[in-house]
Amino acid sequence: MNSWRLWVYLQTTPLFWLTATLAAFLVAEALSKRARGHPLVNPVLIAVALVAALLKLSGTPYKTYFEGAQFVHFLLGPATVALGVPLYKNFAIVRKNLAPMAAALLAGASVAIVSAVAVAALGHAPREALISIAPKSVTAGVAMAVSEQLGGLAPLTAVLVVLTGVIGAMLVTPLMNALGVRDYAARGFAAGLAAHGIGTARAFTVDPVAGAFAGIAMGLNAVVTPALVPLILPWLIR
Amino acid sequence: MLRGVFLLLICQLVGEVLARSLSLPAPGPVIGLALLAGALGLWARRSGPVEVDDTDVGKAANALLASLSLLFVPAGVGVVQYFDLLAHYGAALGVALIASTVLTLLATVGVFVWVKRWAAS
Repeated sequence: MNSWRLWVYLQTTPLFWLTATLAAFLVAEALSKRARGHPLVNPVLIAVALVAALLKLSGTPYKTYFEGAQFVHFLLGPATVALGVPLYKNFAIVRKNLAPMAAALLAGASVAIVSAVAVAALGHAPREALISIAPKSVTAGVAMAVSEQLGGLAPLTAVLVVLTGVIGAMLVTPLMNALGVRDYAARGFAAGLAAHGIGTARAFTVDPVAGAFAGIAMGLNAVVTPALVPLILPWLIR
Repeated sequence: MLRGVFLLLICQLVGEVLARSLSLPAPGPVIGLALLAGALGLWARRSGPVEVDDTDVGKAANALLASLSLLFVPAGVGVVQYFDLLAHYGAALGVALIASTVLTLLATVGVFVWVKRWAAS
């Protein structure tokens, strides 16, 4: 078998694209480590860019890629369940913060939906894009379901969700430092609410309490946003 | 480790079944999260405080959470399907994402800190 035919074969196998996903992430993580966890050197963004470039260069359709990558994608569900462990570990401090958490949850979830749709509408984004961007602060699987139910494009929502996570993970540390917020419960809660799992991953690298609160915010927002979007959207889109 | 992975999956499965059969507003994995935390709490009440990091489920959960970022890569790569749409509306959507994320962070942290101070006084 010549090398071209070997490549043509490999390109269609799940094994190759699963390996490529892990390789891209390991490279991205090494770069992030070298930058000493600087928020702008975000591992998800770098890994996505590397894989997307490889798909474009090789002319591989996303569907072929996903046959391999689905094994990683599937783990989003069990990883959400796994957040029960830090929730249990930090239960005492969580119980002390119930009132601020409830208030911040409602305020943050509403602001996330209204501001995203309103700004995109000002930029004349089409109707499907407005529906697709509404649940962007919620973790991927949940946001896709909400978008689909209301007439949005679920795969576009997935992309917007990941971009939101990356933006949130990049901005949260400099923003909170500039504001002088030293309460890591509050910082983490904001990161998880605005930027779901990617914000939560960032919060865990900064502080364990921040990580636990980010995980809780992500879980709570996954309940609140699907309930709020159908209530808010008719007011924003005709 | 295997038992830990099993426990995570069974929590998700039960969460999924509950969410669908009772048409709960929360998605299956989130109900699974609550079930897992509740189960750990009950376990601790029966047999004293649990050093959860040393348990099978703790090890499985921590391993998964250590690579949480990786799990978003396949969904993010979906961007390759939307280059056309993004070429047209990318600026509007990009500005919306950045503005909304900043506003959401500010609103959330502001309300959190303010209510906490108000409750303490």
